[in-house]
Amino acid sequence: MDLAKNNKSFDLECRDLRCNFGSFVAVDNVSFGVPEGDFFSILGPSGCGKTTILRMMAGFLEPTSGDILIKGKSVLNVPPNKRPVNMVFQHLALFPMMNVAENIAYGLIRQGVNKSDVSAKVNSALERIGLPGSGEKNIKQLSGGQQQRVAIARCLVLEPAALLLDEPLGALDLKLREHMKVELKKMQSQFDTTFVYITHDQSEALVMSNHVAVMNEGRFEQIGTPQDLYYNPNTAFVAGFVGESNRWHGRVDEVDATGIRVSTAEGVSFLAVPAGKERLAVGDAVDIFVRPESVVIAHDETRAHEMDNRLSGNVISVLFNGANSRALVREGRSGGELDVALPQTGEFSNLAVGQKVFLGWDQAQAKAFACPSGNNQGQGT
Amino acid sequence: MNTSNAARLGLILLLAPLLVWLLALVILPHIDMLLISLRERVAPQVYERSFANYAEFFTEPLYWRTFARTAIMSISATALTLLIAFPVSYYIAKMLRGRLKGFLFLLCLVPFWVSELVRTFGWMILLRESGVISNVLQWTGLADGPVEMLYNDATIMVGLVYTSMLFMVVPLVTTLDSLEDSLVEAGYDLGGNGLTVLRTIIIPHAMPGIVSGCIVVFMLTLGNYLTPILLGGKSSMWFTAQIYTQFITRFNWELGAAFGFLLLALSSAIVWTGLKLSRQTLSESMG
Ligand SMILES: Nc1ncnc2c1ncn2[C@@H]1O[C@H](COP(=O)(O)OP(=O)(O)OP(=O)(O)O)[C@@H](O)[C@H]1O
Ligand SMILES: [Mg+2]
Repeated sequence: MDLAKNNKSFDLECRDLRCNFGSFVAVDNVSFGVPEGDFFSILGPSGCGKTTILRMMAGFLEPTSGDILIKGKSVLNVPPNKRPVNMVFQHLALFPMMNVAENIAYGLIRQGVNKSDVSAKVNSALERIGLPGSGEKNIKQLSGGQQQRVAIARCLVLEPAALLLDEPLGALDLKLREHMKVELKKMQSQFDTTFVYITHDQSEALVMSNHVAVMNEGRFEQIGTPQDLYYNPNTAFVAGFVGESNRWHGRVDEVDATGIRVSTAEGVSFLAVPAGKERLAVGDAVDIFVRPESVVIAHDETRAHEMDNRLSGNVISVLFNGANSRALVREGRSGGELDVALPQTGEFSNLAVGQKVFLGWDQAQAKAFACPSGNNQGQGT
Repeated sequence: MNTSNAARLGLILLLAPLLVWLLALVILPHIDMLLISLRERVAPQVYERSFANYAEFFTEPLYWRTFARTAIMSISATALTLLIAFPVSYYIAKMLRGRLKGFLFLLCLVPFWVSELVRTFGWMILLRESGVISNVLQWTGLADGPVEMLYNDATIMVGLVYTSMLFMVVPLVTTLDSLEDSLVEAGYDLGGNGLTVLRTIIIPHAMPGIVSGCIVVFMLTLGNYLTPILLGGKSSMWFTAQIYTQFITRFNWELGAAFGFLLLALSSAIVWTGLKLSRQTLSESMG
């Protein structure tokens, strides 16, 4: 799906957005639209320009070129305090000189809401975030997760067109982060607001979002649903960044209607399919990505027999993690390591290090991307 | 038990020099001063206990007018210093980055490398009748004759503010430095304008710095002697000058000591009122 096309009314839209810091291009011609009520994530590694996009939308940074539209109207000349979007900062930025209720009331008072309405709205917001009666508390008396919810409620009481969240879970510990993922999704439906969420954590983006944009070095690599990104990555970067992958580098030997044959420098030959819109010709350098869960593991050769690609190797370690258990297998011929998901049947519960196993996967599960530099070698996850 | 005893001994040993210093240089002289201020000379070498010195202060208008004038001028100078120092400090702490920031901060310090006396004479060279500004005004034709800019209240005020600036800038820069940019941004993001952000976020955050800066500047100004005398001349009517006169010129130690105590009481009372008005505590702003 193409979200960049303006054929539908978007709550929030960016057109050819660009931001330079001197000669450094932090955001490079980014276009996207966020439909009303959407949970839209921007996913990318540290330093790729996510915060820069968000700050341009909030109005703290002027784009070098391009346009930002909120509810169809350009907001380029609108200062941050007049824009109908609100931001949850990476470190929350709750006002320590005010108590919880005053923090939530701050924006309402600035909007000129009268006193009795303010306190009614503050109380209902506290109720909805599960902190009734905590209005008098000092910010420091709240736990990390509670502060999180206050920071979000403080924005949501203003009923913004969109809520911008800059890695709001980054400062929390793992357990709380898992919990807050569910909580955030719940708050979004409760307050019925569009969320634009920034993260470098793919699981956060995949779990919560309706749409995800994967960003790298200032550009959007792909915009789509989490399933889209996971099963049909358009670029090697997306395939490598979203989810786990085994990866090989090689050259195309043959091209036919069903796909391609690739051989690696170690002399291993694979059947693969060109991913997305890739057009590959014989002799092209390619990267092949295979998800650990696409790899079938077997004790004897017959199980993996009908697969298009077959390998054998020895287990070098077993990473038991309940339903997400993995085995690391060293491939016999090339000596490369493969990450393989273990089936949940318990068949491999007594898999031991050093044991010989047979691996196989279908041609369609191996996605090949042209590798322009050609020097990207080796394999791994 | 043992360790707590050892810790207590350590504490006593550490505090001992401070306590000796306090006792010898602050408490003892003050007790002596208090005793002096409470006696009256009835005949040569004969003294009696009385409140006559304090009574004289209240009956002689010159004394309490000087006193009131000094207090009001000091409060005004403190307020003026705060008004000028706040934007300067905000600019240094929040708008600048890296080397320029350190440089500007240092620039505020530079005047304090020369003594107060020399600095004040600098002002005199600029402002006196035959001084630089007067000459420039005459040369450009803006004034017909020599212009005397010394010996008036405005000049005293300029001198006092100039002398105090650093003591306001340092605590302000320190507290404003610790204000996270994201708090200010959040203030705007949630709909605040410049004024509300200043009033609800920046000033409350900077309050400890404002209070400690004001206390220091006020105390220094109230107790300043050189600046009012040199820039204000005879008309300065500064209370410390009055104390000096009593001790040195008149050789009336009794009245001088009484004045000293009145000044102490005055400054304490004003600082206390200021703290109450700004709802701050001394430990908060100094801590
Ligand atoms: N004010 C600035 N001046 C110069 N360069 C900047 C400025 N702000 C950001 N950058 C650069 O722009 C790039 C993108 O920064 P940005 O803060 O958007 O990254 P990010 O994707 O949010 O990273 P993270 O996940 O670590 O927060 C970085 O390389 C950064 O060094
Ligand atoms: Mg960031």
